[in-house]
Amino acid sequence: MNTLLLEIAVVLLGVVLLLAEAYSNRSDKNYLAYLGAAGLFGVLVLSFCPMHPPAVGSTEAAFVTQDILSVFFVRFTLVSTIVTLLMIPGYRPVLERYLPAERAGGGIGEFAILPLFVCAGLMWMVSSIDFIMIFVSLELATITLYILATYLRQNTASLEAGTKFLILGALSTGFIVYGISWIFGTTGTTNLLALPTAISTLPESAITPLLFGIAMILVALSFKISAFPFQFWVPDVYQGAPTPVTAYLSVASKAAGFVVLMRLLVALVSVPVISHKIQVVVTLLAVLTLIFGNFAAIPQTNLKRLLGYSSVAHAGYLLMAVASLGSKMAIPAIGFYFAGYLVMTMLAFVVLTVVSEVTGGDEISRFNGLGRRSPLLAGAMLLASASLAGIPFTAGFIGKLLVFEVAIKQGHYGLVALGCVTVAAGFYYYFKVIRAMYWQQPAEETPIRVTFTVKLLIAVLGAGILAFGIYPAPLLSALR
Amino acid sequence: MSLLLILTILLPLAASLLIMVGADPRRTALGAAVLNLAASLILFFSYDQKAGGWQFLSEWKILPKLGINMTLGADGLTLTMLLLATLVTVSALWVAPRVGKHEGLYYISLLFISAGVIGAFASLDILFLYSFHELALIPTFLMIGIWGSGDRQAAAWKATIYLGLGSFVLLIGLIALYISIPSGHRTLDLRELEQMAALGAFHPSVWVCLILLAGFGSLVSLFPFHSWAPPAYACAPAPAAMLHAGILKKFGLYGLIRIALPLYPEAMQELNGLLLLLVIGNILYIGYVTVSQKRLDWTIGYSSVMHMGYIFLGLAALNVIGINGAALLMFAHGLSVAAAFALCGEIRRRTGTLDYAELSGLAKATPVLGLLFGFVAMASVGLPGFANFAGEVLVFFGSVAYGPVMIIPVIVGVWGVVISAIYMLRAYRNVFWGPIAQRWEGLTDIGPAAKWSVILLLAPLMIAGFYPQFILKMVGTALPR
Repeated sequence: MNTLLLEIAVVLLGVVLLLAEAYSNRSDKNYLAYLGAAGLFGVLVLSFCPMHPPAVGSTEAAFVTQDILSVFFVRFTLVSTIVTLLMIPGYRPVLERYLPAERAGGGIGEFAILPLFVCAGLMWMVSSIDFIMIFVSLELATITLYILATYLRQNTASLEAGTKFLILGALSTGFIVYGISWIFGTTGTTNLLALPTAISTLPESAITPLLFGIAMILVALSFKISAFPFQFWVPDVYQGAPTPVTAYLSVASKAAGFVVLMRLLVALVSVPVISHKIQVVVTLLAVLTLIFGNFAAIPQTNLKRLLGYSSVAHAGYLLMAVASLGSKMAIPAIGFYFAGYLVMTMLAFVVLTVVSEVTGGDEISRFNGLGRRSPLLAGAMLLASASLAGIPFTAGFIGKLLVFEVAIKQGHYGLVALGCVTVAAGFYYYFKVIRAMYWQQPAEETPIRVTFTVKLLIAVLGAGILAFGIYPAPLLSALR
Repeated sequence: MSLLLILTILLPLAASLLIMVGADPRRTALGAAVLNLAASLILFFSYDQKAGGWQFLSEWKILPKLGINMTLGADGLTLTMLLLATLVTVSALWVAPRVGKHEGLYYISLLFISAGVIGAFASLDILFLYSFHELALIPTFLMIGIWGSGDRQAAAWKATIYLGLGSFVLLIGLIALYISIPSGHRTLDLRELEQMAALGAFHPSVWVCLILLAGFGSLVSLFPFHSWAPPAYACAPAPAAMLHAGILKKFGLYGLIRIALPLYPEAMQELNGLLLLLVIGNILYIGYVTVSQKRLDWTIGYSSVMHMGYIFLGLAALNVIGINGAALLMFAHGLSVAAAFALCGEIRRRTGTLDYAELSGLAKATPVLGLLFGFVAMASVGLPGFANFAGEVLVFFGSVAYGPVMIIPVIVGVWGVVISAIYMLRAYRNVFWGPIAQRWEGLTDIGPAAKWSVILLLAPLMIAGFYPQFILKMVGTALPR
């Protein structure tokens, strides 16, 4: 099968749904989300069919690849988009509240369709091996995400989030293009695979401009993966954006950024001239991100914001593995960590969507007494928090185990010691949610009703957390 | 038979599931615990002591490429700990009062703690030994936070963060241990590791051993990593304190016996001076801190920290007698401290306070409670006839056999026995003897459930006290001859 077929299928699905939305008179727009999810599920099944990698020497082969990494993260993107789409029906009341409707359901449908285009962009991005291709797919994904982040146009928080995201995103786009032009200017290539040979033949005087270009790209990617010191947009945007978009941003978009970072670094660290400098920078990024993400999360009282900081913190653990790319287990470790991160973060957001809809806010105090109001939701959140904190028999634990293992193997003892301290900090802020749910008295006693879709999501994601945590071998062997 | 061993882990988990879907929490939990006790008794008596070694083995491949498998098995030491764990679990669930709120969650939490400890003891793979122990972390947090007394929130946070950090340090130590094995032979299976260590196939590093010691040490409340324990035990509801102080804390010691001693003999020798210093801190410093406590629950909480010092002393002796003594003492201390916390809970439920200034002469109103507490106090002091005495004596013998360095720690240890006599007898006198205050005259005596659950703990304590071979023979199968 053709390499780009899956992406094209997703785009087509999006276009068809847009047309369906325009021509149909149904006021209940939930069917769009379900159709989109079903369509993506079809694409996911399709992705398991045997595929031919692009022929050597073809135009395609210069731009995209089909390796274990891309195949895994294409599926990862599809799954996270499906989960996001299934969260949207539960979020509809909020959309209706903040969108001026001339006719019932007006202006809501696109919210369930736009993620498909982000999905296509991210799928492209994780398979790209050329700076131009990376840039184009990145823009497809981010521009759509700008719209989604600012979708609640009568809610100032959402507008603020969207504007911040737009300005900083545009800035990072500027950085990436600028960096690409410096790299192209010195090496004469935009292809990641051709980069190592091109660099090793460079004269000494060209190394500094090259490093400058690389630094620019690292800055841009740090924005994407929310690494310190380019993480400052994260809490505000996460808090203000519609909850499903926040979930999507923190999982799929971040993962694609990490894939590009890994591809770039794998190419760069193979060149002895610059590998040491790059290593130092990445290690430093990991240290700062770990410290900032974990310690800034401690005082948070808003769960969405807390999950924003937690996403920075997890970027820190992932950077620990990125700093250890010399070990051949590093990439499987990162892939596994992301799979676990998907199920646990998405589960937390699913519960958050329901609870904030019922109680009218995202603060941790809204979870007070949830154990009594809905044992199912509280149990799901307990499981998600346990996994995020890294307690054994959950996906989060195995992820951390693998990451720490590669870091020790590569001799990053300082990073590992720091990691211990930040994990303990993590216990504190994730357990704050558990405390609210079980220790505190609820403001009201009425039980919370849970729809079938939410139950299904909780069951699947919860099973994922436990399955990856208890029997990680199949997933891990898919990554090697 | 190996199925029975798996069942001991699965039964509490299955009972939790039943409670989640609506079975009566107390009956289901207690039923599972009694079945578990029966299973562990069967395993204990059907273990082939002549053959020795690991028996009842079963194995599942989890990460075969990394050499990580879930392997369950048992030898004499495991079975002794398993017996302790199931005994304390039955007693803790039996003594638990009816709770008003979240009754299901209460029993599920207790069952999870129990399942975690049993799983940890029965695991032959170090990663699972570690993982099972962590199952207790969230239940403990919930138990102290929801049903605790006093400054429960602070205590719960402190214990959770301390144990979380300690166990992560431990995890790093385990990963470092794993990586120090030449690649291709990497495994976390205790049997293979012991073989490799015996052949000198991997190079043990003092640093890794130190990390392991710090990790296990903070789980066992080794001085100076002890400060989480007394407040957590004082604030926790009685059954949680019983499980935690009685069995969960033994995990760290068990880990040291299983991992640090056989794999890092030279490193342990090198670190012995440091360990002895900490042991003296545990016995002498914590001993005096215990004497100055003003409340019964804090006294027992600190005393349980102090008694860890004796067990560490037995381990530091690095010989068979010392380790035998340490293992016997682990068994004995687990039972006696659980009984002490059970009685503490009973007193608190009647009087609402455990302050020495307010309590006096309770034995007049509650004679049976007083009698049982007397037994527990004597056991805790280490009176001959209780297993604690046999354990302590062996620890002292083992230590003296190690060499002249041990003279000071042993003297401190013997002096520690005097210290524990001071605080236990003082506690006994303050609470149960003297003139009874008028407000306590109407107290009802201990009920049958609590009475028998304490007797369940005291009986094996006395059996092993009069006939220590009962435990020592089993423990001996796990030690080099």
